[in-house]
Amino acid sequence: MESVLALRGLVLLRDSVEWEGRSLLKALIKKAALGLVYYDLFRDPLNWAQTGEALPGGPLGALQAMCERTDPGPVTVALDSLSWLLLRLPCAALCQALCAMSRQHACRGGGPAAEQLCVLGLLHRELHGPGPMGALSSLAQAEVTLSGTAGQASAHMLRRRPRQRPTLETLWFSVLPDLSLDLQGGPPLESQPHPDPHTPQVDPASHLTFNLHLSKREREAKDSLTLPFQFSSEKQQALLRPGPSPATSRIFYEPDAFDDLDPEDPDGDLDV
Amino acid sequence: MFPELNNLLNTTPDRAEQGKLTLLCDANTDGSFLVHHFLSFYLKANCKVCFVALIQSFSHYNIVGQKLGVSLTVARECGQLVFLEGLKSSVDVFFRAQAEPHPLQFLRSVSLQPSPEVHAWEANAENLQPLYEFVREALKPVDDGEAAWRCPVLLVDDLSVLLSLGMGAVAVLDFIHYCRATVCWERKGNIVALVHDSGDTEDEENNILLNGLSHQSHLILRAEGLATGFCRDVHGQLRILWRTPSQPTTQRDWSLTYQYKIQDKSVSFFAKGMSPAVL
Repeated sequence: MESVLALRGLVLLRDSVEWEGRSLLKALIKKAALGLVYYDLFRDPLNWAQTGEALPGGPLGALQAMCERTDPGPVTVALDSLSWLLLRLPCAALCQALCAMSRQHACRGGGPAAEQLCVLGLLHRELHGPGPMGALSSLAQAEVTLSGTAGQASAHMLRRRPRQRPTLETLWFSVLPDLSLDLQGGPPLESQPHPDPHTPQVDPASHLTFNLHLSKREREAKDSLTLPFQFSSEKQQALLRPGPSPATSRIFYEPDAFDDLDPEDPDGDLDV
Repeated sequence: MFPELNNLLNTTPDRAEQGKLTLLCDANTDGSFLVHHFLSFYLKANCKVCFVALIQSFSHYNIVGQKLGVSLTVARECGQLVFLEGLKSSVDVFFRAQAEPHPLQFLRSVSLQPSPEVHAWEANAENLQPLYEFVREALKPVDDGEAAWRCPVLLVDDLSVLLSLGMGAVAVLDFIHYCRATVCWERKGNIVALVHDSGDTEDEENNILLNGLSHQSHLILRAEGLATGFCRDVHGQLRILWRTPSQPTTQRDWSLTYQYKIQDKSVSFFAKGMSPAVL
């Protein structure tokens, strides 16, 4: 995950209901934080309490003010969550604010913005349509998509570097209780699921009123049976040439006025 | 409460966790049995409960509660239960003076076409702040310093009806956000809310509400109808999803699925395909 910390620019952490990304965000904050500045917009983001402590302009104003106050140098901004902002702000305004953040930071610091500012944004995949997600993706320098299998979480990292091909990397990880990251080498070796401990081990065929088992004689009779639609060559010949059997059934047909009886055999050209 | 469900969730009224948001969800079936379970569970756990009941009357919940061993009338009289009966008090909204605040006053002021330009942090009538103020007041800790009740609990039945009444999904999410900040975070209480999943992918508002709440929840209980249709002996399927397991284990056993049958006074749960009627 060191490669994620080395990223600059906008990094999207895309999680889902089944694979949550907040713990990974906290782990990344913990790794990156040298001096953590915490903006509490959780308790009263919409200024319902009217205490007078709210930042002007609401969360968007806080976002814009955040970057104006920081010193030049490497800065990591963590947004929990971008989805919250995207649901309440027009997508264009949010994208402009994110772009302006990196531009302002570049103006203040000596180096280009790509070296200075990292914005980690938590985004919930199911909440937004393809339009806003695509807009944010196009702004992002990296996207980390969370998923997993067999109880193990994975992060698929797509990195876009200027003038280079995008690279895709998959990491298997878990976040420990102290918010440190534990990286695993690859997908879990155990592919079969653990037996469900709540399933009682019941044999469904044990208490039935009918018999499902076959005796030896019945099994032999079953194996020697020829299936009716299995065509062997003898069966095919027997069907096509009925042979001399005088007492077989005949068909009596009385043609009516509209019938067009052609005495010529329609299969006459077949060589059977 | 249903003892079998407590076993599945690995909890009892004595050891109920605090600071959690539990999301109840139903799809193609009626998940209200889960609401009755949690109502009786938290009353038995000696918690102070604020119940925002928008769907049924007080007597309905009381009758079911008595089958589960709790009396809502007694709980309300001794102050353990604060009950907002939406069906009754919604009528009061229209017969009161406009200046008086009422938790459901959004019914009076909701417009049919909310303007997208109105930003959420500007004062407008299309939010659930009065309802939040009601909840905050109802679950205020008592002043005498003695904790008469264990922890505050907010129960909502249900949130989807707020969408039908004209609120936007974001307004309902804001309401739950503020409730979470006050009830779960500040007062270490719990929230349990029911949302319907209509299964209609075109119902964007409901999908935003359901997914937004799912991401905020610690525990999701999803009652689904059987994929094969109705059955006399198996009424549905319950999916349990723990989003932040309290103790990370090597095997993340965070999702379980059971089938259930609702009886007169209890609900029995069994593994899929293992209904006693089938075996």
